[in-house]
Amino acid sequence: MNAAFPLMSSTGATAASSTDKTTAHNPAMTTSGANTLRMKVTKLNFYYGKNHALHNVSMDVATNKVTAMIGPSGCGKSTLLRTLNRMHETLRHTRLEGEIALDGVNILTLDVTKLRRMVGMVFQKPNPFPKSIYENVAYGLRINGHKGRLDDAVEKSLRRAALWDEVKDKLHKSAYALSGGQQQRLCIARALAVDPEVLLLDEPCSALDPVNTAKIEELLFELKPTCTLVIVTHNMQQAARVSDSTAFMLNGDLIEFSPTGHMFTTPSDPRTEAYITGRFG
Amino acid sequence: MERHFERDLEELKERLLWMGSLAERAVHQAIHSVLDADEKLAQIVLKEENAINELQIEIDDRVVQLLALQQLMAADLRFVLAIARINNDLERIGDQAVNIAHSATRIVRHPRVKPYVDLPRMGELAEKMMRDSLDSLVRRDIELARSVLSRDDQVDQRDQIFRELLSYMMGDSSVVFPAFELILVAKNLERVADHATNVAEDVIYMVAGSDVRHPAVDRNPA
Repeated sequence: MNAAFPLMSSTGATAASSTDKTTAHNPAMTTSGANTLRMKVTKLNFYYGKNHALHNVSMDVATNKVTAMIGPSGCGKSTLLRTLNRMHETLRHTRLEGEIALDGVNILTLDVTKLRRMVGMVFQKPNPFPKSIYENVAYGLRINGHKGRLDDAVEKSLRRAALWDEVKDKLHKSAYALSGGQQQRLCIARALAVDPEVLLLDEPCSALDPVNTAKIEELLFELKPTCTLVIVTHNMQQAARVSDSTAFMLNGDLIEFSPTGHMFTTPSDPRTEAYITGRFG
Repeated sequence: MERHFERDLEELKERLLWMGSLAERAVHQAIHSVLDADEKLAQIVLKEENAINELQIEIDDRVVQLLALQQLMAADLRFVLAIARINNDLERIGDQAVNIAHSATRIVRHPRVKPYVDLPRMGELAEKMMRDSLDSLVRRDIELARSVLSRDDQVDQRDQIFRELLSYMMGDSSVVFPAFELILVAKNLERVADHATNVAEDVIYMVAGSDVRHPAVDRNPA
């Protein structure tokens, strides 16, 4: 039983049995006990038509930390990620039960545009708009009624995405002229422009080479003090490198949710151990 | 581009060097507790041993985290492996200092067997080897590390000290107990030098990637 991470799937033997343990070991709590929870998923069930894709998943997303989700293909990690800013609503015949809270507010009660401004998303494949580098970042600012100097805001976002030095002399060239790694950082800059509280990243490095992957990973460390990050990755070494806590999912169940250092050295569940040691999946 | 784990590696090295400085001090104080018949100094060594043991555990934990989480390669991998081995050697050096300090607490209850001549020299050599092995780590200095290896034989004087003390024991049975303790001190100093040699070997492995331990072993068996 994993007493260290109580707010996890209640479908297995790993559910918490003690409130005291919950408080004592909750990774979203500081040592002083102050609550640093940004998002909270409670008893989430998700269906694609009749396919029950997520089974009673509960987990916390700690503020200004990197939370990683790992698991074999089809385990539900991307589905879970997409529910965090209601991206699943773009698909037909889906159904969600349970609750997802952002700063204590049920996200289903929020205006979806406002929610997606607060919880941004970066996808697997870089998807810049067919516009200039500058316009890619400025676009979101304009439609959100940005007040103040747009140039400054664009520069700030590009700097936060560690892209400014590479593009400052060609801001008005097409975004498509950038390399894949630069395009992905541009997409991150675009997402950061509206100052989200949470940034969701769905396999952001899967289309990138090792050098650009390393740049994105370093970027995550730089963003962490100002943004809460949730990353889905099929690369568990990446999860090990970049995250503070890791969720291991299997067949729609959240099997284990632990501090990353704990999960990759002494996992609590034999299924997690089998997966991270390459014995299945 | 600096990878964030480079900070972790640097911190790891700093903690190891701090442990090295504690072990160095422990050996120095332990030797002088014997040479100066200073029981208070011996008690300080015994009291401070726990700090070295705590660092061993902390450094081990850091190594495990780095190995599990960072997929280190090449020079970074060799660095962490070397640190793990050196960590063990430093802890063992701390143990040798404790053994010497225990001997000191027993030796002070007896009159001095003989003027100390070989023991201070052996102590100085062991201390210098230890200091140089740690300096070679700080400076990534292979030549300095090799010079530590070449000095190991100079410290191996236990037989000579044993023979001399045996002659005292044969002449006067009342000195058997303190003389025997002095032989143990010499043995412990020899072990300190052996651990310093191990540290130097690990530094060579870390910097150059060459394993200079056990030259007689065939590295490419058919």
